[in-house]
Amino acid sequence: MSEILLQIDGREVEAKEGMTILEAAQNVGIVIPTLCHHEKLEPYGACRICTVEAEIRGWTKLVAACLYPVEQNLVVRTRSEKIDKTRKMILELLLAHAPDAWDLQDLAKEYGADKDRFEKEASFCIHCGLCVRYCAEVKKKNAVGFVDRGTRREISFIPEIASKECWNCKECFPLCPTSALQAAYVLVEALAFPKSSFESELDLKG
Amino acid sequence: MPRINSTDELEKVRQEILSQRDPNKPCISICAGAGCLASGASEVIAAFKAEIEKQGLKTDVNTKGTGCPGFCERGPVVVIYPEEICYLQVKPEDVPEIVSQTIKEKKVVDRLLYLDPSTGEKATHESDIPFYKNQERNIIGNNIKLDPKSVDDYLALGGYSALAKVLSRMTSEQVLEEVKKSNLRGRGGGGFPTGRKWEESRNAPDEIKYVIVNADEGDPGAFMDRALLEGNPHSILEGLTIGAYAIGSHEGYIYVRQEYPLAVENVTIAIKQAEEYGFLGRNILGSGFDFTIKVHQGAGAFVCGESSALMTALEGRAGEPRPKYIHTAIKGVWDRPSVLNNVETWANVPLIINKGADWFAQFGTERSKGTKIFSLVGKITNTGLVEVPMGMTLRDIIYKIGGGIPGGKKFKAVQTGGPSGGCIPEELLDLEVGFDELTKAGSMMGSGGMIIMDEDTCMVDVARYFLDFLTDESCGKCVPCREGIRQMLKILTHFTKGKGKEGDIELLEELAEVASDASLCALGRSAPNPVLSTLRYFRDEYEAHIKEKRCPALSCKELISYHIDPDKCQACMICLRKCPSEAIGGGKNQIHVIEQEKCTKCGTCFEVCPPRFGAVKKISGEPVPSPIPEEARIIVRESKQK
Repeated sequence: MSEILLQIDGREVEAKEGMTILEAAQNVGIVIPTLCHHEKLEPYGACRICTVEAEIRGWTKLVAACLYPVEQNLVVRTRSEKIDKTRKMILELLLAHAPDAWDLQDLAKEYGADKDRFEKEASFCIHCGLCVRYCAEVKKKNAVGFVDRGTRREISFIPEIASKECWNCKECFPLCPTSALQAAYVLVEALAFPKSSFESELDLKG
Repeated sequence: MPRINSTDELEKVRQEILSQRDPNKPCISICAGAGCLASGASEVIAAFKAEIEKQGLKTDVNTKGTGCPGFCERGPVVVIYPEEICYLQVKPEDVPEIVSQTIKEKKVVDRLLYLDPSTGEKATHESDIPFYKNQERNIIGNNIKLDPKSVDDYLALGGYSALAKVLSRMTSEQVLEEVKKSNLRGRGGGGFPTGRKWEESRNAPDEIKYVIVNADEGDPGAFMDRALLEGNPHSILEGLTIGAYAIGSHEGYIYVRQEYPLAVENVTIAIKQAEEYGFLGRNILGSGFDFTIKVHQGAGAFVCGESSALMTALEGRAGEPRPKYIHTAIKGVWDRPSVLNNVETWANVPLIINKGADWFAQFGTERSKGTKIFSLVGKITNTGLVEVPMGMTLRDIIYKIGGGIPGGKKFKAVQTGGPSGGCIPEELLDLEVGFDELTKAGSMMGSGGMIIMDEDTCMVDVARYFLDFLTDESCGKCVPCREGIRQMLKILTHFTKGKGKEGDIELLEELAEVASDASLCALGRSAPNPVLSTLRYFRDEYEAHIKEKRCPALSCKELISYHIDPDKCQACMICLRKCPSEAIGGGKNQIHVIEQEKCTKCGTCFEVCPPRFGAVKKISGEPVPSPIPEEARIIVRESKQK
């Protein structure tokens, strides 16, 4: 693997071929915010909060740091008026769905995002796909997936798989930056596997 | 049919086919494209067959269903050879007359000819009709001459001669150079130079490479790829095979949307025929070159027109674009180099090979060469497919070919490029169509959809329509696209309902900027175009919606009211009887009044009020005049007074 020299926020940074801007930055302690990134998972490029400016052969483009591969003499800026504006908007869009999520609130403070800018639509899920990808890539079970597309896209547990795999796993729960995952799980549990009337009775008495 | 094993054998077969065909034998070509079929072409074809049989002409006349010639407005289209007499809007009951008059007596049936509304003259031949006369029909021209299910028809028109030329006399480098020299640019959207894309894949080190036809035409109102694939499938197969030879691929795919069943059927038949004849498979025409093609039916997702999403879908996974920063030409399907070109791009390839890059490049402008097929739809007199040299002005396309706006209405805008494109206003009608010219005007070429809008079209509502389309059609993966579109649609919907407020336009612009800067794929990056282009050229309409709660086009239902002008109402009872919600009061000799609380704004009264009265008015942004007092509503007719 050959060494690549690039510049991030004015600092000379060494990286290896095949690394992404995000990895190169993290190696030297430069922070680029992420929401859908996880070191155990394939880069996903969905939240776009890691958007940075990359100067390539004289052209400046906005790219996702979690995916863009490092190249020799690449010049990267992780903060600029444009980047901050983009991140602020992304946060505001997501806060309309999950206003209480800690990760979002912390970032909102840093970028001056207004959680009330857009009308609330409490779906909670921010579509980071951490649960879906963790289950598919690490656990290889595919018990939770995305259904539908566009603005109707949502996560859903597949009852047939979930009923076998999820009881003793639930490793995706702590990955979720909001409370959407647990809610989806409880929902599938309630709808697909209603407790027998005997159990419910016990619940009531208990 | 035994396999054809060499170029010489192909020419022999072609001569044999031609020798069996008498050019003077009458042939009745009936368009069997989707548009004409919808207007009853299959009944017309059946009627012709029955009538020919009945009149004992079966051996003297050929009858065939063909591909779409483009004049959908006047379908079913019938052309009679060898005279090339063109009849329009033919019905089964016209058939006996056509057979006895035109086929037997060689007389023209006058009433079925095209009547030029401006000159009052009739046109006997296709080439005399202004709609066709001003076109340059290099690609679509053959559609009406061949039965898409007959490979012999294609061969009779010189089909597969380009493939034969390539395989017998050209190296793959020469093919690539010819395509590069032609400056052909992709007809599917971005307008990327085809030769460069091919070269990128060709140079990629991987041994296995793929070539793919993008037939996932998804823009609302666009149907040129459909007409080509349905009408002349062999030309696409020939182009794809030549491309495969140029880059060194041995496997090709046709990704066609499932909603195009006739295209799927015709191209599947064509592949089978090509395999039988030896134009596909092992050792094609004895050249040693192997190539196969498979058809893959898409599940109807607009986003799958995007190259990486299409390839993901081809692999059998959900059609979502890939986030990686690497060209599909280098890592495409199953991470192999993959050349994806649109149907029309592939259709151009045999022409470039046969006639040469210089011939191709004589059409068009400096940076946009060749011809382009556009689908003219919306408020246009001649709906249909038109093929013109790049560089023709929008005005010529819309007025000379399209016949202008029907109903004496005024032109307002033309939407090009589908949901990723934009609206171009009247002051830019002299714009020459080309990739860069359209992009500069805030729209794009896209795959060639042209939706014409007249003065009754609300541009805010147009932007809302396209964003609504994208709400469903975005894959929903990345935030700037999914959430940006959601919020932009909300704001636009508010405008059309009179709920817009100060600052909303600026918010729209901000959302648009983030979506176009930061989205993952081209769908999201271009999603704001319908908003931005209408804001650029029709900002006053937006402001009227927000500030005055007025829809200047009188189109947004929640911002208009219907009102009957008491000075014009003749108390004819027509609107009163037709109103579905019984919202119109009045009676015989009593001026009619609309009860606004009951009115559902369906517009029936407006449509049925006799034009000579013109009493029903649509108003917006002003209060409805209060009804005149009961006693003043009585109409005293002069004739009765006498």
